[in-house]
Amino acid sequence: MSILVIAEHDNAELKGATLNTIAAAKAIGGDIEVLVAGSGCGAVAEAAAKVEGVSKVLAADNAAYEHQLAENVAKLVADLGKNYSHVLAPATTTGKNMLPRAAALLDVQPISDIIAVESPDTFKRPIYAGNVIATVQSSDAIKVISVRTTAFDAVAAEGGSAAVESVDIADDAGVSKFVGEELAESDRPELTAAKVVISGGRGMQNGDNFELLYKVADKLGAAVGASRAAVDAGFVPNDMQVGQTGKIVAPDLYIAVGISGAIQHLAGMKDSKVIVAINKDEEAPIFSVADYGLVADLFDAVPELETKL
Amino acid sequence: MKVLVAVKRVVDYNVKVRPKADGTDVDTANVKMSINPFCEIAVEEAVRLKEKGVVSEIVAVSMGPKQCQEQIRTALALGADRGIQVETDAELQPLAVAKCLKAIVDKEEPQLVILGKQSIDGDNNQTGQMLAALAGMGQGTFASEVNVADGSVKVTREVDGGLQTVELTLPAVVTTDLRLNEPRYASLPNIMKAKKKPLDTTTPEDLGVDIAPRTKTLKVEPPAERQAGIKVADVAELVEKLKSEAKVI
Repeated sequence: MSILVIAEHDNAELKGATLNTIAAAKAIGGDIEVLVAGSGCGAVAEAAAKVEGVSKVLAADNAAYEHQLAENVAKLVADLGKNYSHVLAPATTTGKNMLPRAAALLDVQPISDIIAVESPDTFKRPIYAGNVIATVQSSDAIKVISVRTTAFDAVAAEGGSAAVESVDIADDAGVSKFVGEELAESDRPELTAAKVVISGGRGMQNGDNFELLYKVADKLGAAVGASRAAVDAGFVPNDMQVGQTGKIVAPDLYIAVGISGAIQHLAGMKDSKVIVAINKDEEAPIFSVADYGLVADLFDAVPELETKL
Repeated sequence: MKVLVAVKRVVDYNVKVRPKADGTDVDTANVKMSINPFCEIAVEEAVRLKEKGVVSEIVAVSMGPKQCQEQIRTALALGADRGIQVETDAELQPLAVAKCLKAIVDKEEPQLVILGKQSIDGDNNQTGQMLAALAGMGQGTFASEVNVADGSVKVTREVDGGLQTVELTLPAVVTTDLRLNEPRYASLPNIMKAKKKPLDTTTPEDLGVDIAPRTKTLKVEPPAERQAGIKVADVAELVEKLKSEAKVI
């Protein structure tokens, strides 16, 4: 078996999600090769070559791949993918955008968001917002799979010495173009990679009050997230949303503040190692998954927490 | 221009589903069924484009057993002009759905196809991307803003780092995220009118599509339950527990 893992990167840095995806590839077993498609992404290819367990890195360095436009990258992945038994990508927004498109070009029914590998053709994945876990077997010759990164422990970023081979395929479908992006700038760790996450919900009342959470976050080196209710209400931007349709996180410590605990939110954080809930409603469903619950007004408790840390 | 909207019949989002006792499937007997929330947002976006004068006709498509006509009627009551049902009692996987939609796109030649980014039952997040691949169209997935102008569409997408904007040549595929719009409620007169709007029926065979499943669900089971922990009395006790018991700070 040979597995092609699609690297997640921003042309400068290899993203951690790639390491979790390679871990899933190791669980399947076989030769692991990594595709780095981008523009001016030589440093990323070098980094991928050092990752433990990688036997070869394919570097497709072309302007058409600069912004990871699905129309162009999927074509490349389909062209290369037919030589492999498995094609894996992290279930990030980039992976979710591109991978099904590549699968359709290969005439494969992809398997989204796997959380466990049962055998090379059988995988577990959550359905119905994580209320049910399905065990799914694929009969396609090539398995095209997106990986829920929080379900697999990252492999070591160092220790490998794979060869980097350049790929000379320039697929530009010519139907899409990158216009611009507004990326959140923050000195805090990324939500999906942080060891500690503190999230606010509707109980925060407005965006300004998130300042209370930022202060605690800075003491703990934590990332700050939000429930869908807080994002929908316009308190904070969408990239902070934790939940079924937002980001899936599994930090060592998750602190839910003023979050009632709708099933869609729980789907995004219930695999955290330790969960703390602070809510003034003692009946809030969040307490049913919390290791430590504090029934209190968040406007008293959060500032006190900050001073005691 | 013409817009095609895909709508899926799913277990209502308020229902907590459970696996059947024998673990073969989820128990959907006697549960409330609704239009998938993301599909509802897709219909709403099409209707808004029509109200702006950008779109002249909205065609709503659904696939599955007879009952999915209810979801097409919902779309018609919200403002779609006519419906197409692809009728089958067989299991439809996203690749098969994308192929059926591709066949309909070939016939109807819409300039824009709007779908929900995922359905809340399978949570696959695949169909729009696969349709775009098969039809050779550009794709604007996870859209939070859609602007059509001069033969192209600008789509602002919700991505992990924030927002990204792409421009796609028409015809194109758009999949909706939660914050694209807030769907309206259908008024009673519109629900009555929807009953008289045309609804055609076809089948995967008529469309020439092989819908044979490529994956098999071997088992469904509830996730590992997380046990509720303890309530702490105050912030001091919380900090103490996190330090000495959980050892996470």
